[in-house]
Amino acid sequence: MIALIDYGAGNLTSVKKALTALGVDFRVPRDPAGCGRAAGLIVPGVGHFSATTALDAPWREAIGDAVRGGTPLLGICVGMQWLFEGSEEAPDVPGLGLLSGRCRLLRGDSARGVKVPHVGWNALEPPNAAAEAAALQVPAPERFRGRLLSGLAPAAHVYFTHSFAAPVTAACVASTTHAEPFAAAVERDRVFGVQFHPEKSGEAGLTILRNFLEACG
Amino acid sequence: MLTKRIIACMDVRDGQVVKGVQFQQLRHAGDPAALARRYNTEGIDEVVILDITATLESRRALARTIEAVAHEIFLPLTVGGGIGSEEDAAAAVEAGADKVSLNTAALRSPELITTLARRYGSQAVIVAVDAKRRGNGFAVYVRSGTTDAARDAVEWAREAEARGAGEILLTSMDRDGTRAGFDCELTAAVSDAVNIPVIASGGAGGLEHFADVFTRGRADAALAASIFHYADTSVAELKRYLRREGIPVRL
Repeated sequence: MIALIDYGAGNLTSVKKALTALGVDFRVPRDPAGCGRAAGLIVPGVGHFSATTALDAPWREAIGDAVRGGTPLLGICVGMQWLFEGSEEAPDVPGLGLLSGRCRLLRGDSARGVKVPHVGWNALEPPNAAAEAAALQVPAPERFRGRLLSGLAPAAHVYFTHSFAAPVTAACVASTTHAEPFAAAVERDRVFGVQFHPEKSGEAGLTILRNFLEACG
Repeated sequence: MLTKRIIACMDVRDGQVVKGVQFQQLRHAGDPAALARRYNTEGIDEVVILDITATLESRRALARTIEAVAHEIFLPLTVGGGIGSEEDAAAAVEAGADKVSLNTAALRSPELITTLARRYGSQAVIVAVDAKRRGNGFAVYVRSGTTDAARDAVEWAREAEARGAGEILLTSMDRDGTRAGFDCELTAAVSDAVNIPVIASGGAGGLEHFADVFTRGRADAALAASIFHYADTSVAELKRYLRREGIPVRL
């Protein structure tokens, strides 16, 4: 059973529809104890970072305990940003802090028509792939490292809608460029996060959800 | 690089897709779920459902239509037409809409834009602007194009952004259904005035019209209905053409 964490940010309908289509048994736990019984946790979210305050100390403890106990966790959009230490969007609201770094407002580039919010389909790339490959004089990698993006071709397109984003750190398994590179997908042990919406990203998105569900066993 | 989006619009009345010319002369174009399935296979980036009658009976039919379409595709789905209150928006979201498009209601009660942006996030709130050329400017019309709103389109789009809209869906009433090409001047004027994405609509007739509105019109997305419904132009063919023209698209 997968626990879908509802903290009142936007709606869960589209994530529920995708999980139903994939034949997944899921619940929306009413209290933190529900996290302990789940094979995997999904923290979805659209909207404002401050909405995550609904996940108070008992929720944070339950989610943290489950992850330390080996339960895979997938954060989507604001749910991914929450895995970091915090966000410029709500500086006083702490993130879960499983990953280091803080989320920042994308700056865009209005002179070149690069608008914020970043809305639409954009490409996933292995982080720093081009620069590293050039420095090492080797071809750019042909696949993503880690489990979450397994089976996706570099430059696969996914659907984004956000204004804030996490930095490209060691946990980043795919970056996307919107005037500047940011972390599009992160993975460290059993902690996964995607800035985009796999439930709205067609076949590529369903592949990513399947990969996460496989990690949940 | 962020790609330019191709959006298929389905004008729905009583659960069936219909299409008119310059907001008149409706004819039937098929079943929404079946069309959505075809568009998804062809590589459409988003789907918009516009309820064009929005009577009480059609409102119930609309919820069933949204559910049927959302069941077929895992793509962003926008619902518009007759959304006049927070309750209407909630019903659309509950049925499976990711975004709602406000038109008449946004002009009548602009605070609804802010209310919905706070509840669902700006990304879920599209303000639809139906505009008609007048003199050197563009006038806004409401009530399915029947009523002059006495507002300038560029100025209204700016206000909608300030109130929390996440995108502008800009329809040229002069070009709607004519297949004479998008109104690139209208689109560029609005796109330059706001910092949120602008979806151009009205007038798509050929492949070159899309290239035009993405370059001269500076649109972030282009929406069409009839040329996709009757399979005159497949989405896949359109995207291959745009890529050859150097316009970034998702293939």
